[in-house]
Amino acid sequence: MQYQVPEPKRTASRILKQEEVESKVLIQVKDLNFYYGTRLALKNVSMDIPACGVVALIGPSGCGKSTLLRTFNRMNDLIAKTKVEGEILIDGVNIYDKDTDVVSLRRQVGMVFQKSTPFPKTIYDNIAYGLRLIGVKDKHILESVVEKCLRRAALWEEVKDSLHRSALSLSGGQQQRLCIARALAVNPKILLMDEPCSALDPIATSRIEELMEDLKKEYTILIVTHNMQQAARVSDKTAFIMQGELVEFNITSNFFTNPSNKLTEDYITGRFG
Amino acid sequence: MQTMDFDKAFQRTKAKRYFMDQAIVYVLFLCAFVLLFILFSILTHLVINGVSSINVNFFIHLPKPVGEVGGGMANAITGTLTLLFLAVLFGVPIGLAAGIYLNEYADYRFAQVVRFTIDVMNGIPSIVFGIFAYVICVLPMKTFSVLSGGFALGIMMIPMVTRTTEQFVRMVPNQLREAGLALGAPKWRVIVDIVLPSSIGGIMTGIMVALARVAGETAPLLFTAFGNRFWNHNLMQPIAALPLQIFSYAISPFEDWHRQAWAGAIVLIVVIFSINLLANYFMNRRHRFLNGQ
Repeated sequence: MQYQVPEPKRTASRILKQEEVESKVLIQVKDLNFYYGTRLALKNVSMDIPACGVVALIGPSGCGKSTLLRTFNRMNDLIAKTKVEGEILIDGVNIYDKDTDVVSLRRQVGMVFQKSTPFPKTIYDNIAYGLRLIGVKDKHILESVVEKCLRRAALWEEVKDSLHRSALSLSGGQQQRLCIARALAVNPKILLMDEPCSALDPIATSRIEELMEDLKKEYTILIVTHNMQQAARVSDKTAFIMQGELVEFNITSNFFTNPSNKLTEDYITGRFG
Repeated sequence: MQTMDFDKAFQRTKAKRYFMDQAIVYVLFLCAFVLLFILFSILTHLVINGVSSINVNFFIHLPKPVGEVGGGMANAITGTLTLLFLAVLFGVPIGLAAGIYLNEYADYRFAQVVRFTIDVMNGIPSIVFGIFAYVICVLPMKTFSVLSGGFALGIMMIPMVTRTTEQFVRMVPNQLREAGLALGAPKWRVIVDIVLPSSIGGIMTGIMVALARVAGETAPLLFTAFGNRFWNHNLMQPIAALPLQIFSYAISPFEDWHRQAWAGAIVLIVVIFSINLLANYFMNRRHRFLNGQ
């Protein structure tokens, strides 16, 4: 049997025009500084992220791109001795405000991790987890959401007969799609993806990329990736971060063909990093 | 040429390296064999001496007075089971909670202090736990009792359960916790819904090991459960226990009691063994489910 790596679908919606990309700003980052203890990990980052579309964050290891991603759902709060300065506004509301309810913030901003993280539960219970947390008990609602999210994550056809099997019995690529479905179940506006394909084979990777293509019509997706081809394939805008600084943030097609910064050019042509 | 010298040296030491390789394997095998040998000698000895006294009467009768042949240890068997049940009730919740706290919440220095305390507690001779329970329970209540026996065994279990819980909870990858929190789950829900189910296999094994260890304890029971030649259905009264019964029969001058002590030892081992098997069965079933078999 021969395996073929499916080409990501290039639909008309894929290549957005500049005006479209910058139509509406959803997330505003203003002068963000981030400290691990005394080490400054993000320096004066400011960027406007448009609603709907994929933004890729690239840069060498340890440059702060994951840290930046994790500021959007305040995941860094969990790490001791970290400090944030500046503001991140989502829909005009500063998420680092004192009265921010972190739990409701995280419902708005879903996250998918580098390693797939299925809970030790059934496939069904994994998806339903987020809803059960807010007290949804109605079986019909749960069932319909589970089906909807699995369909949305292009996993339904593969698991519809085994919803009550353990999520750990799925393959790596399926597990990652399960995690995406699980994140969608709480109805977020924004999806953060921290190198979601780095542990997957090319076939599973292209399925996730197709999925992002589809999801970006409704969700704003931020993806950290080490794979520049992936950034070029899936994203509408690309941000290049180096040593905690935002070097360039540009429309992806311009970013890779006509970078405005010398450092960006060096990085994408492989002169360092 | 340098490479040639290297090759020669390689050839020259070949026999020696081969010998060492084999020798180490044999030494390791021997040690593993000694272990098997010890276990099997104990079991054989027990069976040879005790199996003749094991019959239905042994399981359904009370001990007979001195001079009368027969009788059994029914009260001691149920007594041991009762004491173990109470020990789990006292020991497991506290040990489990402390282990979770140490890994999930405690700051580094406090956790270090508690860990050190646990290691010290694990080294305390069991008779000291007996005396402790005697002072805490028996003296104020003015009676030896089932409750104080269970308490003594329970507090012996706490450090063991805490340590294993902490170890296995720590093995749960942090990303799994973050995934839960990223869905908007509060931390306690993440612990209950995700961390504990992921580590329950290891934790249960730890509890079983602790239970098996206290099941054979005699010293702490001398001051607490005290032993009883009759049935007892009152938590505030002394109760019989297999290790106690074995102890008092073994030091008696009667041939028949000696045989019964051997039989009691076999039953004790079988009880512990079955608890372990049962736990194993449930853990395996869960494991098979999680891995989709």
